[in-house]
Amino acid sequence: MAIDHTAEKPLLEVTSLSKKFPVYGSFGRLFGAKKYVHAVNDVSLSLYEGETYGLVGESGSGKSTTGRAILGLTPATSGEIRYRDQDLAKLKPEELRKLRRELQIVFQDPYSSLNPRKRVGRILEEALVIHGIGDREQRQQEVFRILQVVGLQPEHYFRYPHEFSGGQRQRLGLARALILHPRIVVCDEPVSALDVSIQSQILNMLRDLQRELKLTMLFITHDISVVRFISDRIGIMYLGRIVEEAPTDALFANPRHPYTKALFSAVPSLSKQGLKERIVLKGEIPSPLSPPSGCVFHTRCPLATERCRSEAPTLSESHSGHKTACHYT
Amino acid sequence: MELPQTKSQFVQLSRKLRKEQRLLSYFRLRTNYDLMIGAIILGVLILVAFIGPLLSPYDPYAMKVLDRLKPPSAAHWLGTDEFGRDLLTRVLYGARVSMSIGLTVTALSSLLGLIIGVYAAYYKSLDHILMRICDGLIAFPGILLAIALMATLGASATNVIIALTIVFTPSIARTIRSAALVVREQAYIEAIRAQGANNARIIWLHIVPNTLSPLLVQAAFVFAEAILSEAALSFLGAGIPAPSPSWGNILQASKPVISKAWWMVTFPGIALILSVLSLNMLGDGLRDFLDPRSKRRGNKKARRAAS
Repeated sequence: MAIDHTAEKPLLEVTSLSKKFPVYGSFGRLFGAKKYVHAVNDVSLSLYEGETYGLVGESGSGKSTTGRAILGLTPATSGEIRYRDQDLAKLKPEELRKLRRELQIVFQDPYSSLNPRKRVGRILEEALVIHGIGDREQRQQEVFRILQVVGLQPEHYFRYPHEFSGGQRQRLGLARALILHPRIVVCDEPVSALDVSIQSQILNMLRDLQRELKLTMLFITHDISVVRFISDRIGIMYLGRIVEEAPTDALFANPRHPYTKALFSAVPSLSKQGLKERIVLKGEIPSPLSPPSGCVFHTRCPLATERCRSEAPTLSESHSGHKTACHYT
Repeated sequence: MELPQTKSQFVQLSRKLRKEQRLLSYFRLRTNYDLMIGAIILGVLILVAFIGPLLSPYDPYAMKVLDRLKPPSAAHWLGTDEFGRDLLTRVLYGARVSMSIGLTVTALSSLLGLIIGVYAAYYKSLDHILMRICDGLIAFPGILLAIALMATLGASATNVIIALTIVFTPSIARTIRSAALVVREQAYIEAIRAQGANNARIIWLHIVPNTLSPLLVQAAFVFAEAILSEAALSFLGAGIPAPSPSWGNILQASKPVISKAWWMVTFPGIALILSVLSLNMLGDGLRDFLDPRSKRRGNKKARRAAS
């Protein structure tokens, strides 16, 4: 499925995005921030029209923060988010509000992301009301239509969210994102709160809808098999940085970065042939309060040398479309 | 269910679904006993307060020295007070005073408390200023603050309302703030922001509705407290000025004669208890009714009855 994007102009281009969260001391904000949590560090990625970009990483690697920062839900500390010749990070709130029609998000937790006091119809109509689309009847009709698109019934219109199962709620979350006909949808771990049988339903639906509606998706997850199923290209994040980026097939055929190799070897497999030597990483992911100098992975990397401790590798292209941030690949 | 194809089918479906919902709400209301009993007692009290005085043949101010401190009889159902005024008439007029003061104080302090609480929760910079002011006001015992305010403002019904509103607003603001802080961090608020809602929309259409049930419970409690505080202020001589009938005034007047005229303390006391009790039941019932997730027996019954 590897598509050559080199000639194409990306729909959304993120350049050296960083996000730091201040940590305050015992005197609160009085004396300013004591330290910063470096959640996202110099991340650059491009989304091309119609593709699904999978962002993978363990907890705390900054993948969700990246997604939120792209949508302006968490303001980025620095960096540029270029969409349709505009820098989203520099837009005024009012202008960004209008653009939100085209940039939507599906949340991880289908339980807390739906207002428990509003009926489904109201929840889904809200977006149409905000952007002044249609009159009351047209909006209701549109909601009936979108409910069908995500595999729900029109009679769910007057139900409350608590009357739905997790899978159905996630369908509602998806319906809410899709009702505005967005061009880009950020899926922030949309299936990790669901059990496995429901996961595959939702994933299949996501993939079908993505093809049908020609959506561009940023798919954030920690689940390797999920990301392999759904993505065209994958970026691997570690401690706020993208360490490797490649088309899905190329990445799984030939992972280059030592972290990616360790990550893949940790995926349980049932087949005997799959029983390779497991690479077990030592220790914990370092604290984002004080990321290691040089390559962020050097504290746990089996190949680390003196050079890795002092000099940070850049994400550079080794093969076509396959980028790695490592001195030794 | 088929997706409606034609317009008439669509209208039909939409009407049918709406009707089912109305029916369900009706049954949920009917099976909520706390709410029903509280509302009925309170309704009767309010009705009595506003039309009762019109039915009474006596003037609440007309003194008849010869009839002073008469026990309940056919002519004076609840007896007479120390000036020979009909006690039933005075309790009815007193109900009007208590109910209107209670209602006004509740409405004003709910509105003010809601605005202060929601904005304090939403804007961090406002939070410190508003909540320190509220802390200051809460630091005084309520009745003491009310007496101090009354002493400054002078005794009149309007001033009772102003003083009690100042006393009760901070507690409502605190309740609303804590509820709004929880709501503000919910993913659905972020979701609505991601859809492009502005701050005013998020506050008034999404945060406020989610703080209404604590507000209503608190408001019912404040209503009861306001009636009690007004009575206490009047009892202490810092509330409604003397000749006007109010439950507090009647109770104060009954104090010197409590051993001779039991009716003078009993009947306004019962009126006070009934109104406070009904308000508390109403508050509890409302909380259950307004929370669509409440897993009460009533809900299930209602669903069964509706289907």
